[in-house]
Amino acid sequence: MNSEFISPIGKIKQINGKCISLVGSDIDTDRIIPARFLKCVSFDSLGKSVFKDDRQTLKGRHPFDLEENQNASILIVNSNFGCGSSREHAPQALLRWGIKAIIGESFAEIFYSNCIAIGIPCFTLSRKSIQDIQKYNYHKELFLEIDLKKSLAISKDFNFHLDIKESSKKMFLSGNWDATSTLLKNENLIERKNNDLPYLKFSTDL
Amino acid sequence: MSQDTLFDKVWDLHKVSSLPGGSDQIFIGLHLIHEVTSPQAFGALKDKNLKVKFPNRTVATVDHIVPTDNQSRPFKDNLAEKMIEALEKNCLEHNIRFFNIGSGNQGIVHVVAPELGLTQPGMTIACGDSHTSTHGAFGSIAFGIGTSQVRDVLATQTIAMNKLKVRQIWCENKLSNGVYAKDLVLHIINKLGVKAGVGFAYEFAGPAIEALSMEERMTICNMSIEGGARCGYINPDEKTFSYIKNRLCSPKNEYWERALLWWKSLKSDINSIYDDVIKLDASKVEPTVTWGITPGQSVGINQQMPLLADLSPNDQFIAEEAYEYMDFKPGQSIKGTPVDVCFIGSCTNGRISDLRVAAKVLKNKKVSNKVKAFVVPGSEKVASEAKQEGLDKIFRESGFQWREPGCSMCLAMNSDKLEGNQVSASSSNRNFKGRQGSPSGRTLLMSPAMVAAAAINGKVSDVREFISK
Repeated sequence: MNSEFISPIGKIKQINGKCISLVGSDIDTDRIIPARFLKCVSFDSLGKSVFKDDRQTLKGRHPFDLEENQNASILIVNSNFGCGSSREHAPQALLRWGIKAIIGESFAEIFYSNCIAIGIPCFTLSRKSIQDIQKYNYHKELFLEIDLKKSLAISKDFNFHLDIKESSKKMFLSGNWDATSTLLKNENLIERKNNDLPYLKFSTDL
Repeated sequence: MSQDTLFDKVWDLHKVSSLPGGSDQIFIGLHLIHEVTSPQAFGALKDKNLKVKFPNRTVATVDHIVPTDNQSRPFKDNLAEKMIEALEKNCLEHNIRFFNIGSGNQGIVHVVAPELGLTQPGMTIACGDSHTSTHGAFGSIAFGIGTSQVRDVLATQTIAMNKLKVRQIWCENKLSNGVYAKDLVLHIINKLGVKAGVGFAYEFAGPAIEALSMEERMTICNMSIEGGARCGYINPDEKTFSYIKNRLCSPKNEYWERALLWWKSLKSDINSIYDDVIKLDASKVEPTVTWGITPGQSVGINQQMPLLADLSPNDQFIAEEAYEYMDFKPGQSIKGTPVDVCFIGSCTNGRISDLRVAAKVLKNKKVSNKVKAFVVPGSEKVASEAKQEGLDKIFRESGFQWREPGCSMCLAMNSDKLEGNQVSASSSNRNFKGRQGSPSGRTLLMSPAMVAAAAINGKVSDVREFISK
């Protein structure tokens, strides 16, 4: 776990780091951050509680506890990662542990949009490629240099192309991934919509 | 690409702009907030020096952290007390309507908004909770959002989102006696899988859906997210309109007439185009129970848990993990599985009709002495209606504990938790590892009627045997 946390900001073009593989499909957000840790009014202290119950069950053998994975920042996962609850606490906990990017076969939708909203690019790859990377990473340390513009990951032994939603890619490259300011630019249009929607006039007491 | 579905119509109506990068800016007609996913969003507003744009479009209640045994303040749990205080403060500061404990209208956000008449056809509804899909039962487009998006809705009343594809799930015929909406939705998720819905809105349609009450429709839409679909909806009809009529926040007098006219124009066209259509026969659905660690891992009550060889390679992987965690064996019957805890409640099945069905099974019966059973009404209104009908008495006399409203053991953020590797028969929505508060706790999802039957026998049972007696 990285001790000093700095929230991502601005343009994200390049992510370099050590990979950490987490094998398993349908890993839900309750497992990423169990509900009892949601009793907080800030995200600051979530990093240490990431995968808390899974880690306790595995008594030190969980990937997030292994010595060789400390300071890793690129998470390699299988399919439907982050399914279940909409809790942003899940990607916030990963971010605060030190994760800067995730590569997986597929992601649950709300988890994906939460990641993008807080500056964690999520890339997809075929099942086979993910399994190959995880196998390689099981035996050897894997450092990746991810070039977001080229959607390319470069390592000592092999290079591969990554898929990322075009809209997410553009946001990170331009640095406009803080949605609030982008949305506020259309203030006039928002006002107009607020005046035009038929149902907003139906309920007088709202 | 879908065309002329209800989803397309509502999406287009609420589109504010096309954003650079390809997503749309969507106006949110109704924003619901609760204590767990909103404090950081209010914090972010403060950091950015922003105000809540339209405070009257946001409504708050408190549900996730509330104790169900003693709700007097301050809460015994200091952290829970801090969270409710933060919500009270934020609502007061930003002039947001808040249905607090004791107001008569507090409860699980997805139970409260429909019963207040806030949830209406043709709206977009967002909430920092994945089960926001519930509100789609009224023909609204409703979905869960994360805290950053809660911040965006507070600040701009809009969010950035990619338009979803639309899959119609056509349910032929009708559910048979003793089979409920919960069984149908568990069946659908089992057939389609837990990730098939990613990128889709689910339109539930067909005779079996039309025959359902509004509360049953909410159960169906509620669990769309368990199939991966962020949004699920049903075209509105007369049942929808009569449910909404005369509720606290529903349109009144001439507004009612205008609303009705507009709502009636809102449905998928006969010739609308879907990205995908799935058909299934609802009459074939049995009472359904989950045996694993995803809501897709379920079987009919008279079936056996699947053999690994019968599953696809990807499903085998998670099935093996599930069998190990649940301590079940492939080929084993679900019927007869002993249970330790029985829980009736949640945004899926904590409404008055759910309590009525369970009470009917429990009347003049006793809960097994091996079982701890409790019922948590979905809202203060559900609780008071149940008391008027004497349901609380039936539950208590059978051996169920009668609790105060909240989310409770659906996600175990309060003190209602499983212990050790206890097995729970639960009317909630998620059977994830550790979901109900114990890292080794085991959850079997089923309908409230099936939970009642399991409570009486102390083991998973076919509720139809109680109904026919």
